[in-house]
Amino acid sequence: MLTRRSLLVASTATPFFSYAALAETPKDIIVIGKQIDDIISLDPQEAFEFTGGEVCGNCYQRLVVPDPANPSKIKGELAERWEVAPDGLSYTFHLKRDAKFASGKPVTAADAAFSLQRAVKLNKAPAFIVNQFGFTKDNVDGKIVAVDPYTLVLTIAEKQAPTFLFYCLSATVGSVVEKAVVMANAQGDDLGNGWLKTNSAGSGPFMLRSWKASESVILDPNPNARVPVKPKRVILRHIADPAAQLLQLQKGDIDIARDLQADQIKSVQGNPAFKITSAARSYIMYIALNQKHPELAKPQVRQAVKWAIDYAAIQKNITPTSWEVHQTFLPKGFPAAIDENPFHKDPAKAKALLAEAGLPNGFEITLDHASSQPQADIAQALQADLAAVGIKVALLSGESRQVVTKTRARQHQMALVSWGSDYFDPHSNAETFNINTDNSDNARNRTLAWRSAWQDKDLSDRAAANVKETDGEKRVIEYEKMQRDHQARSPFVLLLQSTEMAVMRKVVDGFEVAPMSARTIYEKISKT
Amino acid sequence: MSKRKRLGTLAATAASVPITLFGLVLVTFLIGRVMPIDPVLAIVGDRAPMDVVEQTRLELGLDRPLPVQFVIYVGKLLQGDLGRSVMTSHTVGADIRHFFPATLELATVAILIAALIGIPLGVLAAVKQGTRTDHIIRVLCLAGHSLPIFVLALLSLLVFYATLGWAPGPGRQDVVFDDMVPAVTNLLTVDALLAGDWEVFRDAVAHLLQPAGVLAYFSMAYIARMTRAFMLDSLSGEYVITARAKGLSAARVIWKHAFGNISVRLITVLALTYAGLLEGAVVTETVFSWPGLGLYLTVSLLNADMNAVLGATLVVGLTYLALNLFADAAYRLMDPRVK
Repeated sequence: MLTRRSLLVASTATPFFSYAALAETPKDIIVIGKQIDDIISLDPQEAFEFTGGEVCGNCYQRLVVPDPANPSKIKGELAERWEVAPDGLSYTFHLKRDAKFASGKPVTAADAAFSLQRAVKLNKAPAFIVNQFGFTKDNVDGKIVAVDPYTLVLTIAEKQAPTFLFYCLSATVGSVVEKAVVMANAQGDDLGNGWLKTNSAGSGPFMLRSWKASESVILDPNPNARVPVKPKRVILRHIADPAAQLLQLQKGDIDIARDLQADQIKSVQGNPAFKITSAARSYIMYIALNQKHPELAKPQVRQAVKWAIDYAAIQKNITPTSWEVHQTFLPKGFPAAIDENPFHKDPAKAKALLAEAGLPNGFEITLDHASSQPQADIAQALQADLAAVGIKVALLSGESRQVVTKTRARQHQMALVSWGSDYFDPHSNAETFNINTDNSDNARNRTLAWRSAWQDKDLSDRAAANVKETDGEKRVIEYEKMQRDHQARSPFVLLLQSTEMAVMRKVVDGFEVAPMSARTIYEKISKT
Repeated sequence: MSKRKRLGTLAATAASVPITLFGLVLVTFLIGRVMPIDPVLAIVGDRAPMDVVEQTRLELGLDRPLPVQFVIYVGKLLQGDLGRSVMTSHTVGADIRHFFPATLELATVAILIAALIGIPLGVLAAVKQGTRTDHIIRVLCLAGHSLPIFVLALLSLLVFYATLGWAPGPGRQDVVFDDMVPAVTNLLTVDALLAGDWEVFRDAVAHLLQPAGVLAYFSMAYIARMTRAFMLDSLSGEYVITARAKGLSAARVIWKHAFGNISVRLITVLALTYAGLLEGAVVTETVFSWPGLGLYLTVSLLNADMNAVLGATLVVGLTYLALNLFADAAYRLMDPRVK
């Protein structure tokens, strides 16, 4: 019987009960649950974070990109073909004539020249990727020139491996923006930076509809995209809590969850309602041993630490789905990466090395690490492994930027940190893990090798020389040798490489994560 | 109280506001500058070369002495310039106009639910002291106050969203309603009403009720306990015994004589609870993906985005001050002893 009380209860509950009808996302809209609070700018000449790179990768095109089928090869995106002059200094790119910006205007060499010049002139964080070819604010207008609407000529300062330039141009910073739109929104001499942080002016498959910090990014298809885009809208929703991401995926409120943790992934593995896609990311976790510390400066101690750790147990017990054991400075999937993990837990060998270093009873040391997971658990496992060979580790937990700040100032002893490659060329990591030409505290080039106060002239010189090697095969062989020598001599205990796993509803097709965030493309995603 | 004395009290109260705000800005500024995180890192990232790091440091004025930096900041602040947030690329003022209404909406609904349920429960527990009703209410309050709020929030999601399907999931609105009504006040329910869009209004209310309910349960537990304690004190008062001896009805004795005397103290409890909620319920906002001030403040702090931290802290400070002043004024208006 319908009483006054039941009517009151029903009317109060109406917003709840009736909500179930809206649970599933619309068929043409793809909703991705992701932690997106790392975005600080969506200007491709400034964006340098994972999510920002991914969004820019979907809104902009570059001259060239790594071939998705074989990333060690380069293919043209906006460029139809290119030539390298015999002197190795001049690169001529011939642009495709059917590429159009979201505004409907064709992509021209003038836009490409403006974009690369803009990267140099703005001099934001990723500018060094372009600047390392000798471009400066003063010379860039003469060094990057559009000779006609579809021909672009770049003149670099010294001869380099051509693939090095191509991979650098394939980074987010090499994205081509529409000059007229950007300059129409410029304020003072900001070259449109203020406007482009929250808007887009590209020729990629999508255009930015809105970015609400810590809330959502909404992308709509570029109506002038060369290939028709399947989804009518892609929404990245900021869902900070992985447990909430899983709940929303299970309810159909999101189509793809990007930040699930190992136990959550396990809970959906084998469930036919979901599919999982994964890719090794160019992000590695390692322990930096500061060479200013007298004990850590001993080569035997560096090796002892490497032989004391139970890599397999850490991976299996702490990061079974999100990281895999990786012990070389080039991430798996990169050109010239080798899949060799020589170190494993061997306490006897570690103790022998310590004795050889004059430390048979071990020593005391501190390890800085981020307080978040999985770093906190990994640090505890490292503490136990090192204690077993006599190295007494005091753990110093802190916010991740605090740990990075400390390592940048070379104030750590041991630090558990991570590193993501800047661009898809071996030199990106080869440089930072090896080159240190000035080990003084006031050095200009502060690579990871510098941060650990480590100078190995041989490896430093070889890294600097190999970037100029024009014979691709020779270059790969040299990087392979360098990785082995680095394992034997460096103060970097390379532990793990990140694996990105995305879980999606079974109705979702065409989504794959890529090693570099800018290559995770949404244009082929569809729902059946 | 003489007119002169009242004016003096008013002047002292008015003077305390800028002094408190100045202290707040000074302390937050100093904490921000001594934090072991390089604020330049938040802007340029870990991989930027030294020339970019140094250029950014110069642009931020971080190379100048600390007192100079503070004077510059306060100077801009007095002109209403809170600076620009590096995490959102917007001015901090614009961010606060976007994030604070989300918290205001959540906190207001939460405090209304908490007060409407908590006060009657507290009164009931006091009147029925020692009975089963009292025990049940006290257990409910104890659970509300002792259960970590993230557990409550996740349990709520699990039950009402995942299992029963009665409530929508995290977020302020469903994806299909995104950007459908113009942001006038940034209070989504109000904007939907202004636009006359009932679908969006219904969706916004549905999204609001669950996080507000979780926060309300947490606040209700405190309000009910305080109400019970005040009422027990009041019910043992001589004026209540006199009222009963005069043969007044139980309801009149409880609500007019006993409750009437605790209402002033309750206003303070409600004002401070509301202030606490307006500060931003970080955990609830995180679990429910609610883009409020608490989440903004936390993310900014972890990224050393000091303009954002200072701006948000000022808003929180102002809110506390305003609600304290309101409680003070309510005391003066309602309590004859203060008059």
